[in-house]
Amino acid sequence: MDEQAAWSIAEPTRNKHSARSCDPNNAIGLGGAYVLQLQGIAVSPGVAIGETLVIDSEGFRIPRRFVVRDAVEDELERLDRAIELTGSQIDENRQAVARELGDQYAGIFSAHLQMLRDPHLREELEEMIRDRHYSPEYAVSRTMRRYVKVFEALENSYLSQRAHDIIDIEKRLLRHLLGHRREELSQLTSPVLVLAHDLTPSETANLDRRFVQGFVTELGGPGSHTAIVAEGLGIPAVVGTGPFLTDVSGGEVVIIDGDQGLVILRPDEETIARYRHEAEEHRSLAARLESLRDLPAETADGVPLQILGNIEFPYEVEQCAQRGADGIGLYRTEFLYLGAKIEPTEEIHYEAYAAVLREVRDGPVVIRTLDLGADKMNWEPDSREEKNPFLGVRSIRLSLRDLPLFRTQLRAILRASTLGNARVMFPMVSTVKELRQARMVLADMMEDLEDEGVNFNRDIPIGMMVEVPSAVLTLDDFLGEVDFVSIGTNDLVQYTLAVDRTNKDVVSLYSPAQPAVLRLIEMVLQTCEQRNVPVNLCGQMSGSTTYTMLLLGMGLRNFSVTPSAIPEIKKICRSVTMSQCREVAEHALSLESADEIKHYLRQELRAVCPELYV
Amino acid sequence: MSDRPPSRTVTVCNPQGLHARPADLFARLAGQFDAEITVVKDGRRVDGKSVLNILTLAAEVGTQLEIEAEGHDAESALEALVELVDRGFQVNETTGQQ
Repeated sequence: MDEQAAWSIAEPTRNKHSARSCDPNNAIGLGGAYVLQLQGIAVSPGVAIGETLVIDSEGFRIPRRFVVRDAVEDELERLDRAIELTGSQIDENRQAVARELGDQYAGIFSAHLQMLRDPHLREELEEMIRDRHYSPEYAVSRTMRRYVKVFEALENSYLSQRAHDIIDIEKRLLRHLLGHRREELSQLTSPVLVLAHDLTPSETANLDRRFVQGFVTELGGPGSHTAIVAEGLGIPAVVGTGPFLTDVSGGEVVIIDGDQGLVILRPDEETIARYRHEAEEHRSLAARLESLRDLPAETADGVPLQILGNIEFPYEVEQCAQRGADGIGLYRTEFLYLGAKIEPTEEIHYEAYAAVLREVRDGPVVIRTLDLGADKMNWEPDSREEKNPFLGVRSIRLSLRDLPLFRTQLRAILRASTLGNARVMFPMVSTVKELRQARMVLADMMEDLEDEGVNFNRDIPIGMMVEVPSAVLTLDDFLGEVDFVSIGTNDLVQYTLAVDRTNKDVVSLYSPAQPAVLRLIEMVLQTCEQRNVPVNLCGQMSGSTTYTMLLLGMGLRNFSVTPSAIPEIKKICRSVTMSQCREVAEHALSLESADEIKHYLRQELRAVCPELYV
Repeated sequence: MSDRPPSRTVTVCNPQGLHARPADLFARLAGQFDAEITVVKDGRRVDGKSVLNILTLAAEVGTQLEIEAEGHDAESALEALVELVDRGFQVNETTGQQ
């Protein structure tokens, strides 16, 4: 490949860490046989080896990207198109300002236009693309940054402020150039590993599963929505690696190790062979676990359990069924809202719910109402900035504030409820009043449907997520008004430890093994048992093999896990007895740190199921 | 040095100097000619058809500039550009922006 050829002229990086600080003025790229390994956060297991597609965005830090010789003309055309589009955008602004404020105020836009169309600038860019094989993005970024520096150095304050104009033009140009890159995501034709600065949950959700075999983002933490979606897609993913995109150009082979959270850039033959071998072992373990599919979920001593699947998209029902799930314990509905330009209609909701219910047939399908902040919904007029979105108007709070939105969703759930064993669940309930309000809206919808003569299941089971400490502490007050509860450990950890799981500086505090979290979970399980209310656990903790014995020992009988985790969790359940698990739980709860607890649990797991440690 | 292209020296006389709008007018006018236009300030030479580069000269009021032109229409280009600078970049509009 030409691109590779361009790379091989490079000097090998002498030291792993110097790779990031290479001289930006040096036209030679990185390369050579040196393996560069990055540590990120593992959010979706598995190993992927393949060619990369690089997507960057925010901050407009453009990695050095070379273009293939043959592509120069296309790239120049792309540049010209971006200049043209940027020009018409600026011109629109100019006209709007001229209309509203008068011609003299529009002068600055004329100046912008003139700068953008500066023939000298165009020549410089062309020279970089044609002679040095720079990508248009990189050429634009370098050239404009150079002008910015020149202007900033001018003593005349009026002129030095023109640096802002140039930054503005640069951003506009890059937006058009990168916009094009982003589109590539939806126009894939061959398998790729996506390396990105960040992916929004909707971008992640829309990744073409036929071609995207794994992804890495510089930003993000465990439990972020992007991470959850990745797990749902069942492809290896690593997030939060920190900046590295300047080291890659796209098209080269990398390894994503979604088990260890590693990304290996420029792997050597030996590393690739080792990973291929590991992937092979994974496959054979998966094949062995497949035999468990039709066996019941129960402990070795015959205590019946339920292992349900967490899904986000209707197509995941099949993944659950293939692995022998007993139903859907959590159907997240956020994908209906994320990335949508308009509020989803009742029909859009209905079609999605109906698709899932029709396919599941027997088992329960727990449909969780919207669990997002207003900031994620493009059309929401209420999407003002919140200082602390996670402590703000989100989930049930948003639904109760935006009743039309909530009613639309509830109507669709009710209408679909006749198609199977549908249940409705409210997220992030923190007070009994909220639960009552939500139930009231649901009752209203039932009346409306009744008046309209539309069929629905009047006895649809109603549940709530227990994921805010206040709900745990006052759970008794809720239990008379719900048919089931589901423990959401991701938020429970966040709200109990007061830790933002996407902030890498505090993420080490974020663990379901924190004694405080375990005690809250224990409270929920005990209260529910006393009151005879079914409870399941649907956070990521549920699908982590580390915690299975502990949770069984604490009294959990219903696990709702990401589809890929179903076989392993079932394997553990079928390998252990209740008395074994109770002992493990008792000891774990007597330890005082998350690390000790995790270490102990892994040790116990290894003793019981050594084959899960390949 | 015998082949030195024709050039003229002008003094920037408009109060704001060669800021965005005058530079824009200058580059635009220069662009109408085939001749290559170079603007020189204190030995620094920039492309006279490039508004970005003209701006980087930071030519304030009172600055002396040398304008060079090379090409078949060099003379008429010089004439037009000198006139533009001399009349303080006034077009038949009010004082331009801000």
